[in-house]
Amino acid sequence: MLLEVKDLYVAVEGTNILKGLNLEIRRGEVHAIMGPNGSGKSTLAKVLAGHPSYEVTKGEIKYDGKDLLDMDPDERAREGVFMAFQYPVEIPGVSNSQFLRLAYNEKMKHTGGEELDPLEFNDLLKEKAKVVEMDSKFFKRSVNVGFSGGEKKRNEILQMAVLDPTLALLDETDSGLDIDALRVVADGVNQLKSEDNGIILVTHYQRLLDYIVPDFVHVLAAGKIVKEGGKELALELEEKGYDWVKAAGN
Amino acid sequence: MSDSEKELTKMSLQAGKETIYKARFQKSIDQADQPDWLKDLRKKAFEYFTENGFPTIRDEEWKYTDVKELAEVDWSEAPAAADGLSQDLANHFAEIETENRVVFVDGVLSSELTNLNETAEGVRIVSFADAFEDQTFKANLSKIVEPDFNGFTALNTAFIDQGVFINVPKNTKINTPIHLVFIGDNETANFTRILYVGETGSEAEIIEHYTRTGDSKYLTNAVVEIALADNAKLVHTRVQRESHSAFHIVTSNTNLGRTSIYDNTNITFGAKLSRHDVNMSFNKEGGEAWIDGLYLVEDGQHTDTHSRIDHRVKNCNSHQNYKGILDGRSRAVFNGKVFVHENASGTDANQSNKNLLLSNDARVDTKPQLEIFNDDVKCAHGATVGQLEEEELFYLLSRGLNEDLARNLLTYGFAEEIINKIEIPLIKKQLDEAVLNRLHARLEA
Ligand SMILES: Nc1ncnc2c1ncn2[C@@H]1O[C@H](COP(=O)(O)OP(=O)(O)OP(=O)(O)O)[C@@H](O)[C@H]1O
Ligand SMILES: [Mg+2]
Repeated sequence: MLLEVKDLYVAVEGTNILKGLNLEIRRGEVHAIMGPNGSGKSTLAKVLAGHPSYEVTKGEIKYDGKDLLDMDPDERAREGVFMAFQYPVEIPGVSNSQFLRLAYNEKMKHTGGEELDPLEFNDLLKEKAKVVEMDSKFFKRSVNVGFSGGEKKRNEILQMAVLDPTLALLDETDSGLDIDALRVVADGVNQLKSEDNGIILVTHYQRLLDYIVPDFVHVLAAGKIVKEGGKELALELEEKGYDWVKAAGN
Repeated sequence: MSDSEKELTKMSLQAGKETIYKARFQKSIDQADQPDWLKDLRKKAFEYFTENGFPTIRDEEWKYTDVKELAEVDWSEAPAAADGLSQDLANHFAEIETENRVVFVDGVLSSELTNLNETAEGVRIVSFADAFEDQTFKANLSKIVEPDFNGFTALNTAFIDQGVFINVPKNTKINTPIHLVFIGDNETANFTRILYVGETGSEAEIIEHYTRTGDSKYLTNAVVEIALADNAKLVHTRVQRESHSAFHIVTSNTNLGRTSIYDNTNITFGAKLSRHDVNMSFNKEGGEAWIDGLYLVEDGQHTDTHSRIDHRVKNCNSHQNYKGILDGRSRAVFNGKVFVHENASGTDANQSNKNLLLSNDARVDTKPQLEIFNDDVKCAHGATVGQLEEEELFYLLSRGLNEDLARNLLTYGFAEEIINKIEIPLIKKQLDEAVLNRLHARLEA
């Protein structure tokens, strides 16, 4: 089992957001998480990534057999957890390539791989950028600064390509992408998908799931998984909306 | 305080300085092989100093920066000409050596280390001793500083001896940046001086670079005067990396002619106490100036920038962007004045001072000040004091950077827009490293 979330309760600033969430993911699987606005999807992703504002009040999370909650966010990342942010953060004054090389080398140091100097890394970056068809002019620019919404999302997947995660959480990576970009990004994710990693896609739209076909679909409402199924569930949701599953959860 | 008490403090302070500097001044002026006009200027300056002394915190312009400690040190010995370099100093010099340089060691111009290879015709880069008969030198020296002497500029003027005069003639562009290097290892008071005169249409770049290894306690009291004629352009970078026990007090005054351009960047990393007065005046229409800075201080360092930009005429643009990074118990003062005079319509002036506090014990006093006496102007100013953004930090952590590295990288990112203005690779690289290697994170740019 790659990820086991058991009876997870999470609070932010004193308010309970996740209330008894369970989730299991094996290597090689793609899981979609859907659900209404404010239901706690990003909260789940951030808790998995280790955001300090989210307090786990109950439950446990095992990642590859280890206690994930025991690890600092940077340690989780070096161990292969990656979250593509719903709202990627701008880092003024730090170039994309400088940032990515540091992140890459930190991971290599941790896993015993080979660290790269700026020139070597640039070659790797060019290679990886092909996955999301990203122009090399973005390498020198400050991380996400002045990027359009879609470019930011693409940049998240570029980071995923470079860091080659074992567990990838893509939080609404499809929002803000135009139709062509959506296809490019989805193709990219499909290329990065393997028998060794697991992917969680948080999305509101069936359209993404046409490109990246999930093995399981989970519906999150009011802090709990209220319905689970195969890829057909997404189609059903598209048709009927969330009211019928929400009702099921209460 | 009563008047008699005031009188008493004043007297005791003055008595102190007189004994400290009077003999040195007398000796220096007696021995100087200088023309009378210069000696007269120096005497006048010393009189001012004798009368007024160093500024105190009772002086509005100096209320956050107390120079009492340096005022009391006995630096009565004049620095001696260096007799070769110590091994440490030689090693340090090797790290910063550039091809076109003027080098001062402990305040004294070193002809041995100086190396000039400027080939553009008519460019003069000479020691003051070789400039006394020069009409341009005479016409400009002390002209910008003098009317508004303070204790430091007066004392510097009183000790005018060691200095460099740069004169770039009409429509001439220098080929290589001129690197003015101030190093040393003695504990002395250094009164160095730079006079730059750029004639009509001239173009140049100078780097004013103070750097030391070790922890010696000394005073750098410098004055930089810059006169740019019409259409002249100067890129002026100051890098201050004095020892952390040193005192560094510098005034730079610049006058701009018609459509001339002045691009000034001030980097402050060193000194226990530093103060930079940067004054700039638009005297003819159409000039444009950038006065930018980065101060990065830690432990008990104190740094103070007082700027004053005078828009005296129409259609000039000034841009001021100062950034500060403070760690430990350090303290920074920023006071930026922009005066838009009555007939300076069409002025565009902006000023910003942003500070990043890395510790709870650091402190900033920032005061951007606009005084506008004309309606047809575009002016903006702002100041902020903040900490690293938690969301930015988490973003970097979530990509596997450890916390030290992430904090350093964000700090670097904050400073980058100023550091990146510096085009000389050697210096840019040193600054990159200095910022990134704080907290001893392992990293190369
Ligand atoms: N830092 C925070 N402070 C206060 N409330 C928060 C915070 N973060 C999340 N919440 C609240 O938690 C709830 C769940 O938010 P979350 O972002 O997880 O929703 P979501 O399912 O991702 O929604 P969306 O589909 O709109 O992205 C929301 O009501 C939100 O307002
Ligand atoms: Mg969300």
